[in-house]
Amino acid sequence: MIPAAFDYVAPTTVEDALAALAQYGDEAKIIAGGQSLLPVLRMRLNAPEWIIDLGKIESLRGIRDDGDAIVIGAMTPHSVVGSDPLVAEHAGLISKAVEHLADAQVRHRGTFGGALAHADPAGDLGAPALALGAQFVIAGSGGTRTVAADDFFVDLFETAIGEDEILTEVRIPKHTGWGACYEKFVRVAHQWPIVAVAATVKVDGGTISEARIGLTNMGSTPIRARAVEEALAGQSLSEDVVRAAAAKAADGANPPSDLNGDADYRRHLATVLTRRAVVAATGG
Amino acid sequence: MTRISLSVDGASVSDDVEPRMLLVQYLRERLGKTGTVIGCDTSNCGACTVHLNGTSVKSCNVLAVQADGAEVTTIEGLAKDGKLHAVQESFRECHGLQCGFCTPGMIMQSVDLLKENPTPSEEEIRLGLEGNLCRCTGYHNIVRAVQHASGQAVNS
Repeated sequence: MIPAAFDYVAPTTVEDALAALAQYGDEAKIIAGGQSLLPVLRMRLNAPEWIIDLGKIESLRGIRDDGDAIVIGAMTPHSVVGSDPLVAEHAGLISKAVEHLADAQVRHRGTFGGALAHADPAGDLGAPALALGAQFVIAGSGGTRTVAADDFFVDLFETAIGEDEILTEVRIPKHTGWGACYEKFVRVAHQWPIVAVAATVKVDGGTISEARIGLTNMGSTPIRARAVEEALAGQSLSEDVVRAAAAKAADGANPPSDLNGDADYRRHLATVLTRRAVVAATGG
Repeated sequence: MTRISLSVDGASVSDDVEPRMLLVQYLRERLGKTGTVIGCDTSNCGACTVHLNGTSVKSCNVLAVQADGAEVTTIEGLAKDGKLHAVQESFRECHGLQCGFCTPGMIMQSVDLLKENPTPSEEEIRLGLEGNLCRCTGYHNIVRAVQHASGQAVNS
């Protein structure tokens, strides 16, 4: 399957990419690693007239320590994020989620920013980014702005990134010393999760001081399991406490029904996976 | 048309291509490198796996224009001076194939896996090859071939 014909431009700076976007507007699509976009183009579900390739913009790649946050360039491949020691130390939840994202070939090519901008509710990075309170740095013709994770995911495949804007980097507040687990349920290897739970928990002397839980594929966007977070905070760590808290995982969620499972099945899965994720994140 | 210049199996090539041309098409149709096959054409099966700047990618899910300036290695570039690569030898030795269609991708992904993890456990081999499907379901001998190539004891 071959995509419909398009014209192609590969700028070397963010400014040039923004200029191309301003010029071609609605007719253009941005390509990062292309691991989600190319299948869409090949199946002709979309046929943009222009493709703007960010692959030659070196400034969008790389990971750096910025004091209280780790900053991941939007074009950094998953494989680089997954093996980065800074990410593992300060945002372990991201490392855990990347480890089993798609397959090795896709992790070499797919990018951190591209996957988040694509905003597939079954994508593996949205829930961890939400749980860690990531901040999204978005460049436009008027300069850059920063959007909090709570405001970034708008709807199915829709984010706060405007049509004339580009996601340039993602700031992850450091969660040094927090335990983390990404518990993903799939029917077939290297597929999207039917449901997944991203949990990161801080335990001090046997007491849970704070827990942050994100859910994948439990609605049209990644969501926080706030009832679980509240039920865990301040409690002494025990199996009963985790079990009772995890039972609230699907509170307020509106999961989809499809061939992999109906909404009730997903609600049940969310409670089971949340329990497993919190147990693993707290060293159980 | 967009001009691209890249290295494929050690040779420099330069061509005008349509931006929509996939890397796998370019390799097969322009360069005649039909050792790299198209399996599922939906980026699931991994049969088209090649190395792009030293890491494995599915060449049906990369545009040829995205490989501009890159170094590409296909299954045809693994053997040196008429001598098969150790992983190719192991697939032959352990009969790591049935119909053989997934083999180019399996070998390219195995080479990548062993580069990152020279002595993988059986589970790590199976996880490392999860993006490669064998429709004959001949996975056991494929795992054995990777164990053999890494110098480890082979599952009986």
